[in-house]
Amino acid sequence: MDDALIPEGAKRCAFPIFMIGIVIVGAVLLWGVYAMFLCWFKGLNQTNMNDYYGFALWIWADLAVIAVGGGAFFTGLLKYIFKVDELKNIINFAVIIGFICYSSALLILAIDIGQPLRGWFIFWHANVHSMLTEVAYCLSCYFAVLTIEFIPNILENRQANKVPFFHHLAHNMHEVMAVFAATGAFLSFFHQGSLGGVAGVMFGRPFAYREGLLIWPWTFFLFTWSAAAFGPCFTLLVTKITERITGKKLVGDKTINLLAKISGWMITTYIIAKIIDTIYWAFVTAPSMGFKLSHFYSNNGLYGYWMLITEVILCGVVPGLLLINKSTRENPTTRTIAIILGVIGVCLNRWVMVLQIMAVPVMSFDTWALYIPSWQEVATTILPVAYGIILIAVAYRYLPVFPQELELNESADAAAQNG
Amino acid sequence: MIENKKVHKFGMVVDLDKCTGCGACMVSCMSENNVPFKEDESNKKDSITWMRVYKLTNGKSFPETEIVYLPRPCQHCGGIGDHGHSPCVSVCPATATDYGYDTGIVSQIYTRCFGCRYCMGACPYHARYFNWWDPKWPKGMENYLSPNVSPRMRGVVEKCSFCYHRYQLAREQAMIEDREIEEMEYQTACTTACPAGAIVFGDLNNPAHKVHQIVKPDPHPDPMNHKVVGKSRNPKVFRLLERLGTNPKVYYMSDREWVRKAGDNYLKGEWENVKTHHGASSSHG
Repeated sequence: MDDALIPEGAKRCAFPIFMIGIVIVGAVLLWGVYAMFLCWFKGLNQTNMNDYYGFALWIWADLAVIAVGGGAFFTGLLKYIFKVDELKNIINFAVIIGFICYSSALLILAIDIGQPLRGWFIFWHANVHSMLTEVAYCLSCYFAVLTIEFIPNILENRQANKVPFFHHLAHNMHEVMAVFAATGAFLSFFHQGSLGGVAGVMFGRPFAYREGLLIWPWTFFLFTWSAAAFGPCFTLLVTKITERITGKKLVGDKTINLLAKISGWMITTYIIAKIIDTIYWAFVTAPSMGFKLSHFYSNNGLYGYWMLITEVILCGVVPGLLLINKSTRENPTTRTIAIILGVIGVCLNRWVMVLQIMAVPVMSFDTWALYIPSWQEVATTILPVAYGIILIAVAYRYLPVFPQELELNESADAAAQNG
Repeated sequence: MIENKKVHKFGMVVDLDKCTGCGACMVSCMSENNVPFKEDESNKKDSITWMRVYKLTNGKSFPETEIVYLPRPCQHCGGIGDHGHSPCVSVCPATATDYGYDTGIVSQIYTRCFGCRYCMGACPYHARYFNWWDPKWPKGMENYLSPNVSPRMRGVVEKCSFCYHRYQLAREQAMIEDREIEEMEYQTACTTACPAGAIVFGDLNNPAHKVHQIVKPDPHPDPMNHKVVGKSRNPKVFRLLERLGTNPKVYYMSDREWVRKAGDNYLKGEWENVKTHHGASSSHG
């Protein structure tokens, strides 16, 4: 039915089967869209946020998708600037994942603000001292860059590519992509960092506050570093999931292992910095404000030391070591465990830096504030996931996302034909 | 008199030993500033109380139990070093909250706020409130709204303004009459409503004002913590979370040591070293 749109030589499931999948995920998407409109039309009273808990579930999701979407800028930086040519086999997919993550982040921000129609005030009345202003500018600009990076892949669709203008446009955009990759890396450095800065500059919140370099708290650098480290883990994880669902090998092991190795070293170096930061914060910064480390991890039903240990050791040190060690990296099982732990680790870090900050009491007579999201918040947080699945499904079906797909599945296809 | 040409630093001191916890300050604040309320006010974490009275205890059992009520308006922080970079002002991405260098008052521009709530996250005092609902008043109560204060719309943050409209009215009147405004001409609603006279409001920069005389603010940075400026030289006076360097303009006063200690967080043994320290010109021990 849609054969003319499918990349030449590629095998895809029958159109009705594809549509059944889209309809199922689309129903979840519509549920999220319904909740989104409730928040827009009825206001944020649809959520369970309150004056103690001004940032909540979807802001965590926002920071988490931006962190895991960091695979796009880092892979682009490696491919186009550091000329790691092997990554050409995964760069298209990394860009699509980044595009999904960043468009989701912008959508979440649009739902999150109390006066959505005034969203543009952040640009018009910009406060140059605010980290959030920097986030807004760099995030919007980088989303534009990601769109530019995604366009050539869209134009390579079998039918679009028949139009000479589109064909040449895609070709020429590929030629100058290094410029956009460099711009993207620059912008990402600042918006990933400023998201870390959002928490780190809050000197009224000892759990979040960090000292730093000039105007940038240490969380600025840690966020950028962790996005570059764990972002590729997410790219690898989504690739793995896509391979499982399609039943095909889409990216060669050499590319996977190379990206896993780079990610492993980035995670290991990041986690060393993170441990140093944590020790300095625990034994110098927080005590200077009158707080013992135990204050942040006791007297409540959720946040204990287990959170810190899980984030730093189980989901930081362990995946780092598994990925820098050749034998565990090249073993598909341990590699998959490492990338799953890595993705959980960076998401947990963003949870801590958004939600735990709100929960910790600061005044001596205050109490812990715990929070359970409403269904509207859950639905709008799941919305980007459903949107991402649909976009990946459509992109995989109609665009030449994986350059190695035909080569890697040649023998399997031939066997199937002979059989 | 409040001298118009000088830089003011409006602030207040609350005598916690006088406060009975009656809540008149809260009621007068809501009435004066057109603060809306919900049909069901049982969930205090999403109801708007610019002035909120906290109840503190010394944690001891009967008969040694002691209770103190602590009224908490916006602290109108001056930020680290008292340079005007308050925790909330410095983070607002749209310049919707601002620090008045001529008054020391932290303002909120409702029509510019787009409701990101970053300021709420940055404020350790929970002094900022979000309008989760459209503002509504029971039928007939709209007639009691103050014409001097704009009601706020759903989706924006609001907070105590030290009744800034009262300052504007007093300033305009003084300007018309070509004179300076008197200390008692500009007083916040909570100050005037307190039946116990526990709240004293005025210009911390003006030695003639009672608030200055009680607080005796030290204009120099605290030698023990250079982030802190304006520390009280009165041994009974303290500020909430002073160590963070937020430099609030709301001071509290109590004869009771456990109350003063509750104003901040201290590691084991620290309180003994700091409880007798009162600014650069005080003696230790």
